[in-house]
Amino acid sequence: MLAVQSQPSLLRSTENPQPSNQPGHPIASSATVSTSTAPDSVARALPDQVPENAPEHCPGTESDQAGKASACQGCPNQSVCASAPKGPDPDLPIIKERMKAVKSKILIMSGKGGVGKSTFTAQLGWAFSSDEETQTAIMDIDICGPSIPTILGLANQSIHASSTGWSPVYVSDNLCCMSIGFLLPSQTSAVIWRGPKKNGLIKQFLKDVDWTAGLEEEEEGEEREERDMREEREERGEPLIDYMLIDTPPGTSDEHLSIVGYLKESGIDGAVLLTTPQEVSLQDVRKEISFCRKMSVPIIGIVENMAGFVCPACHGRSDIFYPSTGGAKALCEELGLNFLGSVPLDPRIGKCCDLGESFVDEYPDSPASKAYLEVIDKIRKIVA
Amino acid sequence: MSSANTTPTPIPGSAAPSGITASASHLGADPKITRRLTRVKHIILVLSGKGGVGKSSVSAQLALSLSSQPPPEGSTSNSTNGKAKVGILDIDLTGPSIPRMLGLDGENVRQSSDGWVPVFTDAQQNLAVMSVGFLLRSKNDSVVWRGPKKNAMIKQFLGDVRWGDLDYLIIDTPPGTSDEHISALEYLNGFHPSAVMVTTPQAVSLADNLRSLDFTRKTGLPVLGLIENMSGYMCPHCQECTNVWGKGGGEALAQREGIRFLGRIPIDPGLVRLLDDAREEAVRKEAGEVTKASDDSSNPRIEGEDQEGAKEGRAAKKEEEEDVSATIPTATTGTALSRTTVQRYFDSQTFPIFQSITEKIKEEVERFKQQLQAPR
Repeated sequence: MLAVQSQPSLLRSTENPQPSNQPGHPIASSATVSTSTAPDSVARALPDQVPENAPEHCPGTESDQAGKASACQGCPNQSVCASAPKGPDPDLPIIKERMKAVKSKILIMSGKGGVGKSTFTAQLGWAFSSDEETQTAIMDIDICGPSIPTILGLANQSIHASSTGWSPVYVSDNLCCMSIGFLLPSQTSAVIWRGPKKNGLIKQFLKDVDWTAGLEEEEEGEEREERDMREEREERGEPLIDYMLIDTPPGTSDEHLSIVGYLKESGIDGAVLLTTPQEVSLQDVRKEISFCRKMSVPIIGIVENMAGFVCPACHGRSDIFYPSTGGAKALCEELGLNFLGSVPLDPRIGKCCDLGESFVDEYPDSPASKAYLEVIDKIRKIVA
Repeated sequence: MSSANTTPTPIPGSAAPSGITASASHLGADPKITRRLTRVKHIILVLSGKGGVGKSSVSAQLALSLSSQPPPEGSTSNSTNGKAKVGILDIDLTGPSIPRMLGLDGENVRQSSDGWVPVFTDAQQNLAVMSVGFLLRSKNDSVVWRGPKKNAMIKQFLGDVRWGDLDYLIIDTPPGTSDEHISALEYLNGFHPSAVMVTTPQAVSLADNLRSLDFTRKTGLPVLGLIENMSGYMCPHCQECTNVWGKGGGEALAQREGIRFLGRIPIDPGLVRLLDDAREEAVRKEAGEVTKASDDSSNPRIEGEDQEGAKEGRAAKKEEEEDVSATIPTATTGTALSRTTVQRYFDSQTFPIFQSITEKIKEEVERFKQQLQAPR
């Protein structure tokens, strides 16, 4: 019953803005898309730290300065901010409670897009879950460009809800995932959201998703085993989920600030940064490193992806993305970070992503697979 | 024509001290932006739902190509050398790549009585560049901003930068369909922007681009066409072409969605290098040798290229010296750097391919303008 309630709300909110392109008013419609659909959106207009129409130097509604700073002069929210009760977000304890079920939380980040964050997240998920005892969850917070469903081969799945919350989608018994891709009416729907709505959804992923839901599902035969494991772990007071991998969008903005903020109390085990070897990409990764340091998120290390290309015809190696400044290794040395390894470019990786297959399982002999596994092994050791 | 411009929304905070401008009013063109943008003939946004598909490289190439060609008919840019005047605005605030790609790393934006002066790549001031990268103190600095601050920055870029008369303003965007995109379109309302989409051939990228296309439709942004980037890679050892990310996906997408297919750009490692270390190469050429004291010079891999670079460098240096005497000192760095970038770009394998794409974009953009001017 709840399923019916929570799911269609998003459908409406994204479909609502029909292309009402009256000439001369293109933007009027875009504003509707972005802001005015709040009432029945999935984000349910959860109040965020900074309202959408805030002035640029808004101190944040939680701040002591709220409504009093010089930037607040003339802001339509000034009086509300000045008089509103201040205090921690009431949802934070709920998130903390949910996150007690998760042992290690790992962020996969990169300042640059298209360097393989989602591919790597999926690979990491598959690798962790190859151990039947390990429960792994993937959370995709790339709201505007969710790739995780395609890469995991879950393109047309949708989310079900129960009394305990939304159930994630299961790839296998011990690998589940949550993404906005499952909530969209069609694969081609754009998610035209500003920051606060994105933050709202991320909060819901943390607060309203019952990450352990699948462990209760009763299927014949296997049910006993699953039950046993759950009971066993509960008895020992161990968290039910071993790893939560969080796939982020490129950049250092709303999504990143929010996830770090929401998980502050439950703690983030660390961030894995991805890059390609060329300086244009390293430049963006430097910004991500600076972000992690500012927000005191520990950096597990840097993975260099798409490093060198081995021609399938002649097996000759060449650099597509030439490391003009020494690549990720030099960056790690400069900034004193762990270099986790470099993964060569294999055209079959892209194909596997499109088909939703695990590259490492399909082509275990590829040098890229070996590199992936080595990197994953290092991460596992560091996190443990 | 631009009826939406005149919404009489009072701008809250307009009386606030300088430096604090309100971004609360998202509708209604800002008078500052109007003043700047009425002098721009065509505004082209480069969009893609996916990151790392080459938006910035396409933007940079488009700017270089356009600024090397004669201005469009009816140009009011008063160009002195018969070339079009082009501006390139990088609104990827958390990951600016344009400065690096044009060899302008570490340049600074100057303040003048008439607003911020963009960084010019050449003495003739045919290509003006603006990016948040010029405003950061160190390359390790990050811009950790939520939506409202990003919006304010974009507004400043459009309203406070002294672009002058431009034939084309190319706007390089971050991936996705969020704050930056919504804001840019809101501020550009009434100035008739159009978009060029960039994709790679793989399904994951096509899916993200379908979302972007949905965005352009919902916002009424006309799409000039789609470019399929990173389509095929020729192995330098055996000349065998590998489709690293597949092939033909972009063309099929364009056909299915009824937008013009502008062309297919293969992966060109030479171009990647050119755009990646334009500055290093230029500095090396300028000095004839590696004299940079930065971490880059410690990289052994660059050294192999030096001899060749030095040879070319000497020839280039002569020309530069002549040039230097004719220009004001502050412009010398820009001149020397950009000329090598531009020249090297013209020699690259991708240049002829991109020329035809540029022609198609020019055609489309003119046609779009004619449609607008035609009586409704």
